[in-house]
Amino acid sequence: MDAAVALLLAQDGITNGAIYALLSLALVLVFAVTRVIYIPQGEFVAYGALSMAAVNAGFLPPTMWLVVTLGIAVAIVDSVAAIREGAKARLPMVIFKNAVLPILAVIVVRQLPLKDLAYVLQVLIALAFVVPLGPQVYRLAFQPVAEASVLLLLIVAVAVHFVMVGMGLYFFGAEGARIPPFTDGGVTLGPAYVQYQTIWIVGIAALLIAGLALFFEHSIYGKALRATAINRTGARLMGISADLAGKLCFTLSALVGAFSGILIAPITTIYYDTGFLVGLKGFVGAIIGGLVSYPLAAAGAVLVGLLESYSSFYASAYKEVIVFTLIIPVLLYQSLTTKHIDDEEDH
Amino acid sequence: MAALLTSNRVLIAFLLGLAMLPLFAAQFTVTIVNYIGLYALVALGLVLLTGIGGLTSFGQAAFVGLGAYATAYLTTRHGMSPWGTLIVGMVITTAVSLALGFITLRLSGHFLPLGTIAWGISLYFIFGNVQALGGHGGIDGIPPVDLFGLELGSSRAFFYVIWITLLAAIITTQNMLDSREGRAMRCLRAMTMTEAMGINTLRYRMVLFMIAAQFACVSGWLYAHLQRFVNPTPFSLGQGIEYLFMAVLGGASAVWGAVFGATAVSFLKEWLQDWLPKLLGATGNFEMVVFGLLTIVVLHRARDGLWPILLRVFAIVAPQRQQMREVEPALPLPRRDAPAPGSEVLRVIEVTKRFGGLVANNKMNLTVRAGEVMALIGPNGAGKSTLFNCISGVNPATEGEIRFMGKRIDQLGSREIAKLGMSRSFQHVRLNQDMTVLENAAIGAHLRGRKNFVQSAWRLDREEERRLLWEAAHQLQRCGLGEHLFDTCGSLPLGKQRIVEIARALCSDPTLLLLDEPAAGLRHLEKRALAELLAKLRGEGMAILLVEHDMDFVMGLADRVLVMEFGEYLAEGLPQEIQTNPKVLEAYLGGVDE
Repeated sequence: MDAAVALLLAQDGITNGAIYALLSLALVLVFAVTRVIYIPQGEFVAYGALSMAAVNAGFLPPTMWLVVTLGIAVAIVDSVAAIREGAKARLPMVIFKNAVLPILAVIVVRQLPLKDLAYVLQVLIALAFVVPLGPQVYRLAFQPVAEASVLLLLIVAVAVHFVMVGMGLYFFGAEGARIPPFTDGGVTLGPAYVQYQTIWIVGIAALLIAGLALFFEHSIYGKALRATAINRTGARLMGISADLAGKLCFTLSALVGAFSGILIAPITTIYYDTGFLVGLKGFVGAIIGGLVSYPLAAAGAVLVGLLESYSSFYASAYKEVIVFTLIIPVLLYQSLTTKHIDDEEDH
Repeated sequence: MAALLTSNRVLIAFLLGLAMLPLFAAQFTVTIVNYIGLYALVALGLVLLTGIGGLTSFGQAAFVGLGAYATAYLTTRHGMSPWGTLIVGMVITTAVSLALGFITLRLSGHFLPLGTIAWGISLYFIFGNVQALGGHGGIDGIPPVDLFGLELGSSRAFFYVIWITLLAAIITTQNMLDSREGRAMRCLRAMTMTEAMGINTLRYRMVLFMIAAQFACVSGWLYAHLQRFVNPTPFSLGQGIEYLFMAVLGGASAVWGAVFGATAVSFLKEWLQDWLPKLLGATGNFEMVVFGLLTIVVLHRARDGLWPILLRVFAIVAPQRQQMREVEPALPLPRRDAPAPGSEVLRVIEVTKRFGGLVANNKMNLTVRAGEVMALIGPNGAGKSTLFNCISGVNPATEGEIRFMGKRIDQLGSREIAKLGMSRSFQHVRLNQDMTVLENAAIGAHLRGRKNFVQSAWRLDREEERRLLWEAAHQLQRCGLGEHLFDTCGSLPLGKQRIVEIARALCSDPTLLLLDEPAAGLRHLEKRALAELLAKLRGEGMAILLVEHDMDFVMGLADRVLVMEFGEYLAEGLPQEIQTNPKVLEAYLGGVDE
């Protein structure tokens, strides 16, 4: 390997690592707040990328009827809950927000000349029909069992992953897709030629991470999420709704996932099932952070990206094996240094 | 008609039908029932891991692949006998499962499933990329299994191999669960309690994971010799998740749930694969959407899966007569040497416990002697239960020294302390609500047995088992629970459940008994019976330390009383001294206005 190749691989690794870092932050967030090990995180990457590809090619977002269907389901479930609690005044808002709004959105988007819209608008439209799936999935799959064990939540998460991959195949087909880069071309920085898209990815990832940090430090919702992560019962006693916290962090994680997909799709072909492995690599990063530390998770994710990139050069057939084997020394270290084991019965 | 339908007869009819199946059924049916047997064996392992152990694995398909590839490679490339390759496969499986378990099982419960995802993906890529294993093309030409000169080449003949293996696995699993080590496995989720009974929970989690892996490995070996060809596809992570769905849908809490789950999923899959592509106008694995949704609904609505629902329906259709059960008399278990009456059993010296900045216990001192009841009282939040947790090693002290029977124990875990002869009850009852009262009490006698899970699987533990259960029944009878031996703990009122905890503690033949609010929730007569029992135990030389709020109970029973307030020592003395101590009165009743 000469220096040029090494630089190229490093660039590749950092690009992917930035994406994994975003995903691992979302995973740590979801786990800390809801105790869900969010296996379907990666599906949002594929959904985001493939929806953008569809809109960019002038097609309607394929998931729009799913958003409408799940929206109606959420409206029904929430209405039943509202009636049971005797809070009928909430009904119009519940129905409007969950069922009517998505239908209106579908009506509007059908009138638009999708192919001719500005790139940014296309991105927003793609996100508008993927991100709502996050809170919808939380409401329908996780909220009813929010108090169950981590194990049960994990099995539900895997079931959701299965459903989303199967539906992904139906919506997007087996063909992979790419989208045009945000900006064509690149720039020569010292000895390396860097694509503009790479700069976009690393820059936006850094901005998003900074944005999340500000959100957690300074906004009231961010503080509510942090409080819930530290002590669910205590947060609830302070008037923080666990359901709201859950929905909020599933929305954030869907946004992060879908946007990561749109970021990466110009440089990698995305298939309906690509998301799973991408999400798992985010997980490897998150595990390096012990599923609790944001900075360690992000650093771990970048390490995963670099390892993947270099191993694809030396032993491309085994790159997945090498990446996933990385968790063994990490887990071994954690296992030998932890004394306390979570005792679920006390929760 | 209903009387004809007993569960035994249904089982016999099922087995007879199964035995006749290859003689009459179409090839297609034989094939699918063969696969059901293979799937059910893997799902059975997951029932053990998930339903019993509270853990799970997504990598079982990789263990199936390990068994299949081990035999495929060694029989075709090295001419080994299939029986030899079975052993090789199982040895490798043991090594891998122990290594994975060693790495992940000390951590929180979710690290094992995450580790198995990584393992499942990695092995799948290895199968597909190693040229010696045939790459993605796989290995063909695997020889049939040869049993005493009989070549089991046809799938009809192999049907018997598969189903006899599965039934043997089910029977040995049921035997294992109905034994000393099985009871420990069934209590693994209540880790604090289980460890306090002297049970090494890490060991049992490892054992469960290893057994589950072995079942998967054997299923893979059978698969390879049924199919006579292997490629990586059936050993993917997706298949590993499907195995988990079988166990969850069928019912992870019962061994037959595995068979039911495998059957239901197999037939449903066949049917869906026919219909869904026509319905949707596209080809693909759309049945996974249905399985995913079904799993979510089952976990929301019926966490124990569909098998218990089926049993309930059966119980309505054909009510079963309650069987009379008795505990067989057996030789009493050997007892440990009792300390001399009046000798010091426990000494707590300057013990401090901090939770962050909060000092829950500050420089506490106390002693307990053989043949005395020492009561620890104080207002709520005084730190009594915290001190109990320090003494029993459940949550060790930050500073200070604790001596039990002359040995320093403040650095020992609760398991080690239990071995020395200390046993306890918990303020919040920690019983397995689904096990019978007898089984719950027998958990306490765990350390007095030696037989392991392999011996119990093959029923080589029956003599010891009788003695353990006889001891449990004896202690329950002493505690006045003789009529509830075969009731599930969940069906008892809370007060009686506390008494079960005392009986469980007594089953360990303790030198020192720690009781955390034993009289709470008891009625007047029950309290009197409890006081009599404790007085009798004291008479036999047992040392008893108890926390209690019922002052009549405490003052009538205790030899000495120690009062705590705000984590500190307030007063100590005879019951009548404490009752008139002004500091104690102030702590309990507030200051007296002059």
